[in-house]
Amino acid sequence: MIALLLVLIPLIGGGLTLFLPRPALARPVALTIALISLIAVLLGLCQFTQAAHWSYDEEWIQPIGARFSLKGDVLAKWMSLLSSIGAVLSILGGWNTDRKLPARFYGLLLWMQAGMSIVFLASDAFLFYFGWELALIPAYFLSSIWGGEKRIAVTIKFFIYTFVGSVLMLIGLIYLQQLTPDGSFQWQAFRNLELTESKQIWLFWLFFLAFAIKVPLFPFHTWQPDAYEQAPTPVTLLLSGVMVKMGVVAMIRWLLPILGIGAFIWSDVVICLAVVGILYASLIAIRQDDLKRLIAYSSIAHMGLTVAALFSLTGFTNNSNVVLHYHHIGFQGVMLQLFSHGVNIMGMWLLADRIESRFGTRKLSELGGLARTAPTFTIFFVIIALANIALPLTNAFPGEFLQFNAIFHAQSPYRIVFLLLSGMGVILSAIYTLNMIRRIFYGETNAATENGLRLTTAETLALSIVVVLVLVFGIYPQAALNFTNDFSWEYLKSIDITRFLAK
Amino acid sequence: MNLLLLAAAWGVLMMFLSVSGISRATIRTIAQVGMGLLFLSTVAELQGIVFYDLNAPAMLGVDRYALVMLSVLSGCGLLYFLLSAKDMADVGSDYSEYFALIFFIFCGFVLVLSFTSLLMLFLGIEIVTIPLYILTGADKRNLKSNEASLKYFLLGAFSTGIMLMGIALVYGARGSFSTLELVGASGIPTQLLLGGLFLIFFSLAFKVSVAPFHFWTPDVYDGAPTVFTSFMATLVKVAAFAGFLRLFDHGFGSLKSSWQIWAGILAVLTLIIGNMTAVYQQSVKRMLAYSSIAQAGFMMLGVYGLGDAAKEGMILYGASYSLATIGMFAVLTRMQDQTVEGFNGLAKQQPWISALLAVFLLSLAGIPLTAGFLAKFYMLQAALPATYGMAVVIVAVIMAAVSVYYYFRVLQAIYFREPSEGVSFPAFAPGFVRILTVIALLIILLGLQPGWLLRYLYF
Repeated sequence: MIALLLVLIPLIGGGLTLFLPRPALARPVALTIALISLIAVLLGLCQFTQAAHWSYDEEWIQPIGARFSLKGDVLAKWMSLLSSIGAVLSILGGWNTDRKLPARFYGLLLWMQAGMSIVFLASDAFLFYFGWELALIPAYFLSSIWGGEKRIAVTIKFFIYTFVGSVLMLIGLIYLQQLTPDGSFQWQAFRNLELTESKQIWLFWLFFLAFAIKVPLFPFHTWQPDAYEQAPTPVTLLLSGVMVKMGVVAMIRWLLPILGIGAFIWSDVVICLAVVGILYASLIAIRQDDLKRLIAYSSIAHMGLTVAALFSLTGFTNNSNVVLHYHHIGFQGVMLQLFSHGVNIMGMWLLADRIESRFGTRKLSELGGLARTAPTFTIFFVIIALANIALPLTNAFPGEFLQFNAIFHAQSPYRIVFLLLSGMGVILSAIYTLNMIRRIFYGETNAATENGLRLTTAETLALSIVVVLVLVFGIYPQAALNFTNDFSWEYLKSIDITRFLAK
Repeated sequence: MNLLLLAAAWGVLMMFLSVSGISRATIRTIAQVGMGLLFLSTVAELQGIVFYDLNAPAMLGVDRYALVMLSVLSGCGLLYFLLSAKDMADVGSDYSEYFALIFFIFCGFVLVLSFTSLLMLFLGIEIVTIPLYILTGADKRNLKSNEASLKYFLLGAFSTGIMLMGIALVYGARGSFSTLELVGASGIPTQLLLGGLFLIFFSLAFKVSVAPFHFWTPDVYDGAPTVFTSFMATLVKVAAFAGFLRLFDHGFGSLKSSWQIWAGILAVLTLIIGNMTAVYQQSVKRMLAYSSIAQAGFMMLGVYGLGDAAKEGMILYGASYSLATIGMFAVLTRMQDQTVEGFNGLAKQQPWISALLAVFLLSLAGIPLTAGFLAKFYMLQAALPATYGMAVVIVAVIMAAVSVYYYFRVLQAIYFREPSEGVSFPAFAPGFVRILTVIALLIILLGLQPGWLLRYLYF
């Protein structure tokens, strides 16, 4: 029931918002709908926790064997929480900006959330693909209508890029479906397939490309900085905070358990790409003068680390208990970081948007001295920026630390190199983040920054939510780790490739 | 075979109406009623109610595939008449003859879809194409229309000759025209049979405008009056494809090891040429002409893959592609400026029409939630298990991504650009908008639940 509600609330709510007679109502209505779905997630996490509450299964397109089946495992619950928080933050963050056609804007925003909910919850591959695209279409319209100056060219690039990836994935899905005995798209049926190594080696890429483009992983990232820069901030916030997480979630659910050998064989290549991405994006971020692009590149670096950690888990699990233990906490790190990075980057976008709307510029070189003139804003900014560096006591620290554990215990001969190089990413992230803080908040004030910056109630509320989450999971990450503990063991069993080799 | 008799009778009726001197509005209504009857009678036949049965199993045999396809064609034909019948009056003075020709073409559709003898296939193809030569040149004072008609006629006649040659060779090899006896018990084809097979294959490829036999298409579609382009590019092409699939599935299916690879090569060529050329078009009409070649490439995947998925896919593809293209053309005819720029800023003045156009374009591009996506999905499903299926399918989806670019260019113009100076958009009549809305709803409905249409194949 909860699972179905999480899809239906934003879907129907979005439809209602789209056709609201009075545009002024759009914002409050959209916020109410986002809050209702947040409440639904929270109820599902605290009250209705049984599997029956979180699953739904219905006949759908019978001739091709697709079913409308949703199933909320821990990963799905966790990401649903993130996506509903994201929707609330995105609406709160844009509260004071007046947009043309607000009803359309917020309606599409909610539909985007509906698509993402389907992606996180679907246990049928066809439905998963449906949601994957459903999230993309509203994002395309949102960015193209309300975006920045170069929006049209940039968003079509973004759209075609991700579309190429997803249609390749579609071929992979059809291929797997035709191998299942009953022609079904169910996750379980895919999982039961005993694919040979030679097939997995190339099938892997059909899926991986789609996910890698979404994350985005180097060298498939070129759409991302432009798209983030040009999209309106509430959309960027959802894109980077939630939508790119779809890529990692898809790898966790649809790639590693199903194509375990493929993932293992290519894991060195993938980790290599991820590590190159970390260094490359960080180095570019250091040179950026544009605040939004800086955040965009830092996001590539952080997601790269998560992918590297995830692929370090591939292979056998039964060789040593110690390794298994580290893989276990490593996977928990991935889960934690998916959430934390989502929250942090959404915080960063809220801050960047505030700066841009107040001073009309995103250039670091045109800012300075804000620490004196806008102290409250500075406090928020510094806390969230420090979380971006993964400083201890912020939520990103446990996540990244556990991820490094996973990389160190990867079954790859190059694990030490990978660890050292990806560790460099932390240092580089400190460089660009602290440098950003220095250039915005210290130094001389100029004519623009002289008058400071005042936060409105909605913004303070949104930023407070972010800061609370940063601190709660930074000081007591055990809450999240307890939540993911059993799931993590189960998951590691499901990606063990021994079952392929036992034949 | 309700449709065969009814279409022929109505065609004759329409011809006589032209000398009766009644008003154009009445003629239009009679034509629309006739098309409605065609649709209803086919649906009735699906339910087992047969008014007229032609008992000639060696010539024609209607199966459920033919009936479902015919209902799709006549249903789309009805929507086409409701949307565009008025525009035909602008083409020339022979208003009711145009309708008569279209009804005759529907007779041809029946033959193309239910032949059991190669002769009937030939007759069907000719009954479809000869009226088309006339319709293409219907705008008599327009040189481009004349040129298109002549070009189409010459090339069409040439390819018909090739088809006849092929049929003759097949007859020489097998001593029969029956599609049931095309392949001998041994299953090993003679050189003569293979020669005939390929001649028929290439001439059918010409009729459905598959590359490299597509060169007539852009010129003819561009030159013909837009209302008739809409008809040719959709219903005629779909019917020809359905016949193509029928012949190569039932007739030559067991020989597929010898021709399947060629179907794959043609499909890939068509997809690449159609999509790549469509990217460069400025005029929406020409863009749609090239996109119809590109879409033919996708339908060719059905011929390449064969099997149940291909049949279901062909029906769904026919429905989704025809609906969306008929809708696009109907709006396009009314636009003042028929280039992409002509659509700039349409959404600001005509939000509802723009939303409907968006549905059509998304469906043509194959985005989920629309019938176009599922149609492509079926084709991919059909083609994937074939020899070299994976490679063909990968090309197909990459080309689908290319097609996003040019379809979305129109979408960008409609939604994201400011209207150009001095361009005004036509007012759309409420009835017209209602029909368009029905089409868009059908597209979305089929995109969510294709079983609603496809279950008629089996029950």
